Amino acid sequence: MNWRKIRIIAWKDILEVRQNKSVLISMVIVPLIIMMVLPAVMLVIANTTGSADALNDPDIQMMFERIPPSISNMLAGMNEVQLSIAMMLGFLFAPMFLIMPLMFSASIAAESFAGERERKTLEALLYTSATDAELFIGKALAAFIPSVLVSWISFLIYIIVLNAGGYPLFGYLWFPLPSWYPLVFWVSPAFAALGVGATVLISAKVQTFMGAYQASGALVIIVLGLFVGQASGLIYLSVWVGLVLGFVVWLAAGVLFFLAIQQFNRKALLYQSAH
Amino acid sequence: MFHVKQVENKSMEKIIEVSHLKHKYGDFQAIQDLSFDVQKGEVFGLLGPNGAGKTTTVRLLNGMFEASGGEISVMGFDPMKSGEKIREKAGVLTETPALYERLTARQNLRFFGVLAGMDDQQIERRSDELLEMFDLSHRADDRAGTFSKGMKQRLALSRAWLTNPKLLFLDEPTSGLDPEAAVQVRELIADVRQKEGITVLICTHNLDEAQRLCDRLLIMRQGSALAMGSLSDLQKLVSPGMWLEVQLLSPFEKMDQIRTIAGVLNLYVHSLQEIKIEVESEAAIPQVVSGLVALGALILRLQPQQIPLEQVYLQLQNNNHKGHNGGVK
Repeated sequence: MNWRKIRIIAWKDILEVRQNKSVLISMVIVPLIIMMVLPAVMLVIANTTGSADALNDPDIQMMFERIPPSISNMLAGMNEVQLSIAMMLGFLFAPMFLIMPLMFSASIAAESFAGERERKTLEALLYTSATDAELFIGKALAAFIPSVLVSWISFLIYIIVLNAGGYPLFGYLWFPLPSWYPLVFWVSPAFAALGVGATVLISAKVQTFMGAYQASGALVIIVLGLFVGQASGLIYLSVWVGLVLGFVVWLAAGVLFFLAIQQFNRKALLYQSAH
Repeated sequence: MFHVKQVENKSMEKIIEVSHLKHKYGDFQAIQDLSFDVQKGEVFGLLGPNGAGKTTTVRLLNGMFEASGGEISVMGFDPMKSGEKIREKAGVLTETPALYERLTARQNLRFFGVLAGMDDQQIERRSDELLEMFDLSHRADDRAGTFSKGMKQRLALSRAWLTNPKLLFLDEPTSGLDPEAAVQVRELIADVRQKEGITVLICTHNLDEAQRLCDRLLIMRQGSALAMGSLSDLQKLVSPGMWLEVQLLSPFEKMDQIRTIAGVLNLYVHSLQEIKIEVESEAAIPQVVSGLVALGALILRLQPQQIPLEQVYLQLQNNNHKGHNGGVK
């Protein structure tokens, strides 16, 4: 395994992604909306006079009553408004954070694998002396690393926004909650890997970047499932749930990678290009 | 196989040897019983229509596909076992330039240089040389996507040449280029071949290009060989003798008697003052000229004629087509 070759493949793909405005814009706009604009708006509303009554809704009260001890321990000592904010932005919003690694890894992988075929550059790449494994790893890393990095940067922005906007309500730095650490450093990379594995498999079946990207968009259903699960009180992203969820997603990503590696060989790729 | 003629020179080193090669895409037999060799330093052409199997042959030679039968040796390596080593030592120009259009010319060369195992200094030095040689230095830091087709093809050629390969595969090197750019690319190929003395295998359906560039040709159709040899070898397949175009000062009436001159194989009469005579060989020309003079013909001009490759190619393809349809081989 030649790591210099792997690095240059990843470098080339990242450089190409940086030049692709549609991918780049989504990588800037989506985190800004999810991690900055939406929480900022909610915090502004919460800070507005009279909002405390609005948050004292019977449904929200019922949600507080259903909170398991593992979660309520994290929120101990908070008043009702603080609890509402913490539940909304600290828990219900958490699955939204997972959209980012999934979406970015899928879009970069689609650009890297299907896009290369669409732009008819694949054959020249296959004529190099890089092995199939080096090509695969280089391309997978090009999708994985930036999506994890952008997720982590978004997390930093989220910390700043939540603490800056929440300070008048809390009077102290209340975020991140302990459940976010496994989410950010364990589940989020797993989702990025899942996005790469799924998109590589999908890219084998479709001819265009958009086709691969749209098909891999179906993975967002997992995130929506988590969102609905939390909103209905079925599941809460506690530290343990995060660790278990991360394990399951890593396992799924591993299976997808295994399948993707099987079909990532010169012969199969050239046949796919020819048809 | 129809009229395959192989002219071998045992003293020359063979860079490529292909013997009874077969390849299938699913149920479709893309290559069938193909045999040829390429000698060191020559420009060898695979000539045939689209779908003849030229690109598939190049892919097989580079170990991109596994052959379903036969044997291949490229620079001493078996592509099925050591494809990586062949791809490391050979340069390939694919049918499309296959450049990363969002990368600059220099970045494209750097990318392929690293993948070929070159160190940074080598890449920088060689890139400068090639960009200069291919007249791209002034656009070295511009994105390849902003280049004209001819410039892209020149950059793709420099990428193929980057590693100083011993062997170069060029798949339709002037396809899609305007005539001026095509001439420029052909000149570059001839020039670099002469300077660097490398072996070149060209896939083309452009007969003019094949005639200008190739030392030897393999004419293909539907995955098999129709004929192989130098242009003069192939001309002899179609017409065993040599044609002379003769222009006479005054009308000549004794045309039938020309056939009786020793060394004359065939006669084609355009008019009483313009005839074409097929003679056995170059050595027979003085004898034929004496015979014409003896018959009283006043020769104004006599020009030995090369049969154009186009005529050879079309006749071979046509004969093969008739053969497939039950015609006379």
